[in-house]
Amino acid sequence: MKEKETAKPTSIAGKIIKNGIIDENPTFRLVLGMCPTLAVTTAVSNALGMGAAATFVLICSNMVIALLRNFIPAKVRIPAYVVIIAAFVTIVQLLMKAFLPALDSALGIFIPLIVVNCIILGRAEAFASKNQVVPSILDGLGMGIGFTLALTLIATIREILGNGTFLGISLFGPGYPPALIMILAPGGFITLGLLLGLINKIMKKKA
Amino acid sequence: MDFTNIFVILLSSILVNNFVMSRFLGCCPFLGVSKKINTALGMGAAVTFVMSLASVITYLVQYFVLEPLGVAYLQTIAFILVIAALVQLVEMVIQKMSPSLYKALGVYLPLITTNCAVLGVAILNINEHYNLLESLVNGFGGAVGFTLAIVLFAGIREKLEYSDIPQPLQGFPIALITAGLMSIAFLGFQGMI
Repeated sequence: MKEKETAKPTSIAGKIIKNGIIDENPTFRLVLGMCPTLAVTTAVSNALGMGAAATFVLICSNMVIALLRNFIPAKVRIPAYVVIIAAFVTIVQLLMKAFLPALDSALGIFIPLIVVNCIILGRAEAFASKNQVVPSILDGLGMGIGFTLALTLIATIREILGNGTFLGISLFGPGYPPALIMILAPGGFITLGLLLGLINKIMKKKA
Repeated sequence: MDFTNIFVILLSSILVNNFVMSRFLGCCPFLGVSKKINTALGMGAAVTFVMSLASVITYLVQYFVLEPLGVAYLQTIAFILVIAALVQLVEMVIQKMSPSLYKALGVYLPLITTNCAVLGVAILNINEHYNLLESLVNGFGGAVGFTLAIVLFAGIREKLEYSDIPQPLQGFPIALITAGLMSIAFLGFQGMI
């Protein structure tokens, strides 16, 4: 966010992006999109892949929905948004199958399930349907980065404790007995719960 | 028809691979609508109804529409549209047929479209190459497992209301930690199949 001190339009842009990353972080502040958050954070590489895919879909769907916001009748807006989102998810799905087959099989059904990720529909409804194209793209970018950072943070903790590795690189040597529970389902719930508590505490001190 | 096979799928989807506890599908309603046992039961019933129906219909769409036309890559779009339409239809039918049931389930029905367990079970059925009956059993079992988890969880959360919880952990954090402990219990079923 270097552009913050310069001219006015860029400072607004910085503000929108910062909003997605910190003030309204989709995972830690809004508590949206829990399913992929818990499911793919067993390894840092999966978290980065999921974050990138979701960011792409967020930016594209926000852009298209902002462009069409005056044409979509209010009554059918939710189905219309879902179709737009599903189209971009299909693009991601096909690209990933073609170029990153290993990541595709690691993420499994959670790639098509980006369609029902509440973050994306939530931003379409709360931001893109009421704002112009450029701010909507920036909002998608900010939210996407916020989501990716949150996923990466959770995945780092779980991978280090549960597997003794970071991005597949062994950290503690072969003598380290991994706490397997951290990369199983319970570890996901407990890590996220403790992190949320920690962030609540930090935010409280600031305020 | 192999009866043991059907039974294994049912048991697996209810307990061993519980949708919420070990597959992380349907976490949003699991955390959002689990403050009271009654609402949790209502949500569970609505999900069971829609998920069983959705399993059958998406199966038919996949094998009688998408594959013959050679457009299997449209799966995601087609399924989410089918589910959204189905939820709308179910809502209208229940409203006409049984106003009392509609009153009980009404608020939960629209939420189901974005419940990833429904789309998840549809895609899983196709990935596992289940036949029609197996798909139905998997959908029904998954939904029963979801109901089981959300009702148990709501029971715990009702008690949590009166506990002395450290301030930063109140609300979502303690709910997630509770879910983690429940999930450890569900891990116990892992060796069964």
